[in-house]
Amino acid sequence: MAACTVLVTPLLYVNKQSSLFYYKACNIHRQCVTKKISTSVSRCSSQADPQKKSRPHELVGVVGLEIHAQIQSNTKLFSGSKVGFSAPPNSLVSFFDASLPGTLPVLNRRCVEAAVMTALALNCTINKKSFFDRKHYFYADLPAGYQITQQRRAVAVDGQLAYSLLGGRKRNQIQSRTVRIKQIQLEQDSGKSLHDDQRSQTLIDLNRAGVGLMELVMEPDMSCGEQAAAAVRELQLVLQALGTCQGNMSEGQLRVDANVSVHRPGEELGVRTEVKNINSARFLSRAIDYEIQRQIEALGRGEAVLNETRTYDSKSGHTIPMRDKEGLQDYRFMPEPNLPPLVVYEDRGSVPAGLLGAEGVVVLEGLREGLPELPSVKRARLVRSYGLLPEHSFTLVNEDGLMEYFEAVVKETRKEPRKLIGWVTNELLGHLKHHNLSVSKCPVSPSALAELLELQEAGHISSTVAKQVLGEMWRDPGRRAPEVVREQDLGLVCDSSDLQRVCQRVLDSHPDLVRALQEGNKKVLNRLMGLVQKETKGRADPVLVRSLLEEKTS
Amino acid sequence: MLGIHQIYGRRRVQLNIILPLLCRYYYASRTDNMLSTNVKTLRKTRNTPSRPVTVARLYSSNKHNSKVPKVPTWEPLGEDRIPSLPQVSSDLVDKLERLALVDFRTKEGLVCLERAIRFADHLNMVDTTGVEPMDSVLEHGQLFLRGDTVTEGDCAEKLLPLSNTTVEEYFVAPPGNIPLPRREERASMLKHSEF
Repeated sequence: MAACTVLVTPLLYVNKQSSLFYYKACNIHRQCVTKKISTSVSRCSSQADPQKKSRPHELVGVVGLEIHAQIQSNTKLFSGSKVGFSAPPNSLVSFFDASLPGTLPVLNRRCVEAAVMTALALNCTINKKSFFDRKHYFYADLPAGYQITQQRRAVAVDGQLAYSLLGGRKRNQIQSRTVRIKQIQLEQDSGKSLHDDQRSQTLIDLNRAGVGLMELVMEPDMSCGEQAAAAVRELQLVLQALGTCQGNMSEGQLRVDANVSVHRPGEELGVRTEVKNINSARFLSRAIDYEIQRQIEALGRGEAVLNETRTYDSKSGHTIPMRDKEGLQDYRFMPEPNLPPLVVYEDRGSVPAGLLGAEGVVVLEGLREGLPELPSVKRARLVRSYGLLPEHSFTLVNEDGLMEYFEAVVKETRKEPRKLIGWVTNELLGHLKHHNLSVSKCPVSPSALAELLELQEAGHISSTVAKQVLGEMWRDPGRRAPEVVREQDLGLVCDSSDLQRVCQRVLDSHPDLVRALQEGNKKVLNRLMGLVQKETKGRADPVLVRSLLEEKTS
Repeated sequence: MLGIHQIYGRRRVQLNIILPLLCRYYYASRTDNMLSTNVKTLRKTRNTPSRPVTVARLYSSNKHNSKVPKVPTWEPLGEDRIPSLPQVSSDLVDKLERLALVDFRTKEGLVCLERAIRFADHLNMVDTTGVEPMDSVLEHGQLFLRGDTVTEGDCAEKLLPLSNTTVEEYFVAPPGNIPLPRREERASMLKHSEF
């Protein structure tokens, strides 16, 4: 079956023009590797930086996001069919998902719990009673002709997401920000359409039809692409920590639409455009910045910004208008007649007697207690208990599994965590990035790295040699540090007489430096130490070399 | 089963099938929120006893406590009491056609639409003063929640044959988002249909 799929797929491409049905894009990225959002690269223009007081008549961007997060559950929102990513087409479809007459929706408790947990983590107010509505539109991958969603009263409202981005010239200043969450609603996902333009037909796969989504609506509290990307990254980490959504943008588990407008601070918001079809955080940032710039330029030329839907073309880096909406869309919302209100209880005491002990009840108390450690708490703990810098805590939490790796290394060595962090965030992460590996695939285990750092801490090898040994261990995963040091004779030269000779040779061949040092230029000492290390291939004990050189030149 | 695309396509369909549908679209398009029309006109059933009523129906000719009146109790409204039909504008027909994905821009179709509107206008005669709007008979109930266990699916061999056209394991639908004919083209379509 998989082979058949492959035969068909090359003929198809995702329709980028679909103006109303934006979910359908970003579908066929099965081979893509998830790209993590980097919060360390700034594309945020100065206008968005409150540090630099922007002139009041200058136009600034205003960005709000609508995020669809696919709920991580075994079964769909209203049917008992399986949720899965790359299954054979139409294999994960029940009669209800295919909208056969006479089928009725039965809500999945897990999906409600996931939305409630997410809402609690984002400090939302949970509506104890919420309603489902039908939103009508015709599209072939929505077989019922309507989507069940929450329009009148969503499951949660009025939350906030705190996120941070690295600012300043050295990218080491933490800027903390908050974006308000307007609401979180439960709704059904649609199926997938594959457009075959040559044969003028659309192929429909309903495997995704009816999968549970949480739609998170963020208020327009952001002002540039970098902020939006950082907020989405933080949300992604929160969702992953909660286990309510896998958060993989390239697989469409997290889909972001951006509402972008520009205005002069203090004045009312400008006309907004909606940018859709953004399937990575990097593109999100670029698309938003491009769109802000485009609107500023258009207004500068005396043109108006149209309220339109635009799509992001990742090749050109531009946003392009999608086909005209032909006037305002009319979704004809109506209350879903088949579903009574969804009730969530504060504690077990408030559950009606008849329902106590019943499985089909969602109680806030238990869910609140079961919330895992959230990324912001993790970072605070890392800074507090290991004395790390905030930017290091970001690196550790941002990279999946890196914090656990770091903590494992800390446990196995006497080296101070603060001295150790560079090895994890620079050396190890550098190797991982270079080989495009995740932490879980790292060939050097935490204990192997700990062993290497122990050697350095104990003064057996220099830090230069330690880096060299790490490279050796990376190339040949089975090998341990002591073995490499022994075989290649990399141990620190502590023998005073050997070093005496080397130092003397260096001093003899650089009389100018010696003179400078004697005239009081202390910096020259470092230069001389470097020359000695070069001679010994980094194996000399720096403390010893320093004292020898000082002794000889004084 | 693939939505209205496949059921109706852009073909002509028997108008009496879609009459109620059109009627709904008409009202939906007249007011921004369909609730306001739909809901206000429904009387809220209050003071209904919540205790269960024992009903013995099988093999029984006993009287039971039915909520259904034995005899119909309507009185026909005089045509003059129904508000007169506003002119259905060409733009409104455009919008209805687009929302319903049904072509009915024929003389016969327009008459049918007008009759549907007139029929639905009877509801405006119901006095709803002081009645709290209601949007579902289930509004005092609460949802049953099921466990997250796979119980269905894997029935492509039953579902796929229901579709007219399939390719491998996919359903086949016409390309989506077909632009509607331009206004002038539509006007000429109407003219021709008047024969």
